[in-house]
Order: sequence, then structure tokens, then C-alpha cells
Amino acid sequence: MTNENLIQYLYGIADNSLILGQRLGELCGHGPTLETDIALTNISLDLFGQVRSYFQYLAELSKDDLTEDDLAFLRKEREYKNLLLVEQPNTDFAYIIVRQYFFDVFHYMLLEKLQDSKNVNLQGIAKKSIKEVAYHQRFSGDWLLRLGDGTEESKQKVQQAVSDLWVFTDELFHVTKDDEAVIKAGHGVDVRLLKDDYYAKITNQLKQATLEVPETKYFQKGGKQGIHSEHMGYILADMQFMQRAYPDMKW
Amino acid sequence: MENQEKMNKEKLKSMEAIFEAKIANDEKIEPKDWMPEKYRKTHIRQISQHAHSEIVGMLPEGNWITRAPSLRRKVALLAKVQDEAGHGLYLYSACETLGISREEMYDQLHSGKAKYSSIFNYPTLTWADMGAIGWLVDGAAIINQVPLCNTSFGPYARAMVRVCKEESFHQRQGYEIMMTLCNGTQEQKDMAQDALNRWWWPSLMMFGPTDDESTHTEQSMKWKLKRKTNDELRQQFIDQTVPQADILGLTVPDLDLRFNNDTGHYDFGKIDWDEFWQVVKGHGRCNKERISARKNAWDNGKWVRDAAVAYAEKQSDKEEVKKAV
Repeated sequence: MTNENLIQYLYGIADNSLILGQRLGELCGHGPTLETDIALTNISLDLFGQVRSYFQYLAELSKDDLTEDDLAFLRKEREYKNLLLVEQPNTDFAYIIVRQYFFDVFHYMLLEKLQDSKNVNLQGIAKKSIKEVAYHQRFSGDWLLRLGDGTEESKQKVQQAVSDLWVFTDELFHVTKDDEAVIKAGHGVDVRLLKDDYYAKITNQLKQATLEVPETKYFQKGGKQGIHSEHMGYILADMQFMQRAYPDMKW
Repeated sequence: MENQEKMNKEKLKSMEAIFEAKIANDEKIEPKDWMPEKYRKTHIRQISQHAHSEIVGMLPEGNWITRAPSLRRKVALLAKVQDEAGHGLYLYSACETLGISREEMYDQLHSGKAKYSSIFNYPTLTWADMGAIGWLVDGAAIINQVPLCNTSFGPYARAMVRVCKEESFHQRQGYEIMMTLCNGTQEQKDMAQDALNRWWWPSLMMFGPTDDESTHTEQSMKWKLKRKTNDELRQQFIDQTVPQADILGLTVPDLDLRFNNDTGHYDFGKIDWDEFWQVVKGHGRCNKERISARKNAWDNGKWVRDAAVAYAEKQSDKEEVKKAV
């Protein structure tokens, strides 16, 4: 395992929290109730907290004199390695919840294994983050039940979101060459091994929510290679605005 | 019949006497205590207006969450806006104890019947506005709110203790954003000065009309909804804030501002009350956007709230069935 392998592996994890945190940040003040508004902001805050831990470690690993903010705000689009799932827009509350639930279940399983990493930094971050993610998973899982088994309208909306976002779930279990090296060294988690449990778990929850499990065999991929959706450019334009418009300043 | 009426009158009188004695002794009025209708109505108006201000106040700052310039600032801003949501939540709850529902309060906000602090109808145009709002707007809010920690209505007073603690943290955070800008490049200093120029006068207007124009003051003093007059509070804010601007190296945009050795206070220029009333009456830069953002959130959330209710009902039905079996 080279240093670069580890750096790329870390981006693959941290960028998910970064971009999903950013998406949730867009919602602050616009939620369907004050309570959900507060809860989603809380999740966003947790994710950004995790991002800072990963990026501070990444900054130490990098040869150049980089800061967490250089990594968050000054990369080119192709250098972000987040999953396509997390960059999908806040179409409505159903999409927000399904996107969150599909990610949270995966995120929890990943962190569970990452706690056993040979890398003490990753171990530490995983141990701290998993408590937060346990809450995220409960929040999104509960809302999935409410929306699925709520009214006709909510069922139809959440079913639509499930069908549309399902195609992004397969990518959660893709492994890049960098990932392979880090897994082999015992620092990373082989996400391929989580796949069966993951689908069993979300299938069960969808059934409990009285929702149909999509049957499509066609999935989308590319985020892990830095080939994103059209949404990504706008997310970055927003997120990087200050750093691009006013370079080299302290804030 | 006459006897009955006489008894009711006497009972009312004794309840009034108990209420007045509590107020005089600095004891708290609690939701289950008897209170005059006017007291209830005045408190519903003020507390709901305060809650609405917190919720609408999330919008101008929320406008910069996705564009915050560093991770540290982004996290701090998210947490700040979340605190405001929390303040809204416990103020709405305090108000509900007076016999009005949250839905009714939202309706009043959306229809324009209930007011909120006019300051939030000004736009946030640069990152420096996040500093200026924390420093000036939260600073003014604290001066308005600290006396409310001792107000006569128990739930409001207790909510305000918590609100004030968090607000003072926000104010320091805002001032620190300004300080960082003022220690930065010329471009950053200009950004900070521009923000002060735009937020200074609206902040002074947050204390409301001058004393001779202000209604309700005497009654509010008695109920400890107010301890000092609008003009006294405004003067306190100016006296406290001008030296802070000096430390930042910024110029307060008021040519008439100077320290008066005789009074020990700053004299200041004339406030543009036409602008104040224009914004209060709904014609500020962002009045329409703010209300429509709140209304959209509420209207678009209806199906979500309906789903939660329907789901909860189904669950309790299931429980009932289980019990019956």
C-alpha cells in the first residue's frame, strides 16, 4: 500500500460525508417541521465533523503543505471521489429520506468494520462516528416507515424516490485499485463483503414500510472514478465560491 | 341570579388581587394560574412574534451555509442556525401554554397578521454579513432580551435564560468573523466595512420607535416585559458597540456620532424612520421572499406531516388490536 493509495481511499470515504453534508446544508430553514429541520441540520453537522477528522488526517499524509480547507474547497470536480447517490438533489422530502437511508445503512456497516482497521487514525474516526451514524440510520429508517405506511400520497412519493435512487446503490460496493491495496494492507474495509447484508437489510425495511423493492438490474456508477452527475458542478460552484473568488485569504 | 353575579364578581376580584400581588412580589405567573385576558393576549403576541423572528431569522444566515469559506465556519454557521431553530421551538412551546397552537401561530405569520423582527427583511450579500449579523443583530437582540430573563411569565422567562446564553456565544462568534476580516487583506476589510454600513442603521431600528412614538410601554413595564425604554436600550447598544467598531478599525456610518462628555454617552444622527415603517409595513427588500420561503416550507411539508399522523394512528390502532386480542 502506497501513501497515494491511502489518500485516494480516504477521499472515497470522506467525500461522501462532505457532499451529503453540503446537500443537507441547503435545507436548513426549509424543512416540513421545525423538528425535522433541526434533525437534518444535526446530521449535516455530524457529517461535516467527520469530514474534518478525515481531512485533517489527509492533510498530514499529503506531501504538500495542505490544509483541510484546501482539500474541501480547492480540488477539481474529477478529484472528488464521492458516490453518485450522495450528490442527488433534494427533490422533495421523500428523496431526502431515501437518499439518507440508502447511505446511512451502508455508512453504518462500513464504520462497524473500519473500527477494526489496522490504521489507528481510521479506527479512532470510525469509533467516534459510528455513534452518530447509528442515530442517522434510526432517523431515516423511521421516516421511511412513516412515509411508506402513511398516506396514499406519501407512499406514492416515497416509492418514486426508492425507484429513482435504487440505481445508485450498487456503486456503494465498488472497489477501486487504490481501495484494493488499502484493503489488502488491512487498513480498509472490503465493501464487497457487505453487499448481501446491506440488500437484506434495506429490503426488509422497504417491505416493512409496505413498499415495493425495485427489480431493475441496471445500475449507475462513476462517482468513485470522479465521473459525476451534472449536479456536481453546481454543488462545487456553491461550495467553492468564496475560496475561488477570494483566493489565499484567511477566514 | 343577582347573588350568583355578585359572587362571580367577587371571585374575579380576588383572583385579580392574587395576580397583582404575584406581579408585585416578583413571583412568576405560570400557565395554569389565572391571568387577565389582556395579559394572555399581550404575551401570545410578544412570544409568538419572538418565535417567528427566530424562524425567519434562520433564512438570511441559511443563505450562506452552502458558501461558507471554510469547514470551521460552515460548521459554526450550521450550528448557529440550528440554535435559532431550537430557540423557535422552545418559544413556540412557551406560547402554546397560553392556549394557542403552533399551527395557528404559523397561520398568523403566513397571513401577515403576526409580525417578526424587521431586521431579517434585509438581504445577506457577502460573507461579512454573517459577521455583522452576529456582532450587531445578535448584540442588539441580547440587549433587548436579557431583561426578559426576569419577566413575569414563567415559561417565557425560563426560555429566555437559555436563549440569552446562546445568543451571547453567537455574538462573540460574529465579532470574531469581523476581526478575522479586519486583520485580513484590503478586500476583506472593505467587505467588513460594507457590511457595517448596511447593518448599522437597521440594527438601531431593532429597538423600535422612539419613546414618544411607542405604545404599550407602561403596561409592559408593569408586567416586566420591559425594564427600560426603547431609547434607553438603543443608547446602551450604541455606547457598547462604537468602541468595538474602533477596535476593528471600522467606521460607523454616522457623521453625527460623537462622544458627549457631559452625558457620558454617544450622540448620534437621525434614524430614517420612513425606512423603518416601510419595512415594518411589508415593503422591505426581502419581506416577500422571507414569508414565501416560510410558507413554501410549510405548504410543501403538509404531505409529510399528514403521513406522520396517519402512520402514528395506524400504529396506535395496531396497539389497540393487540390489547383486545
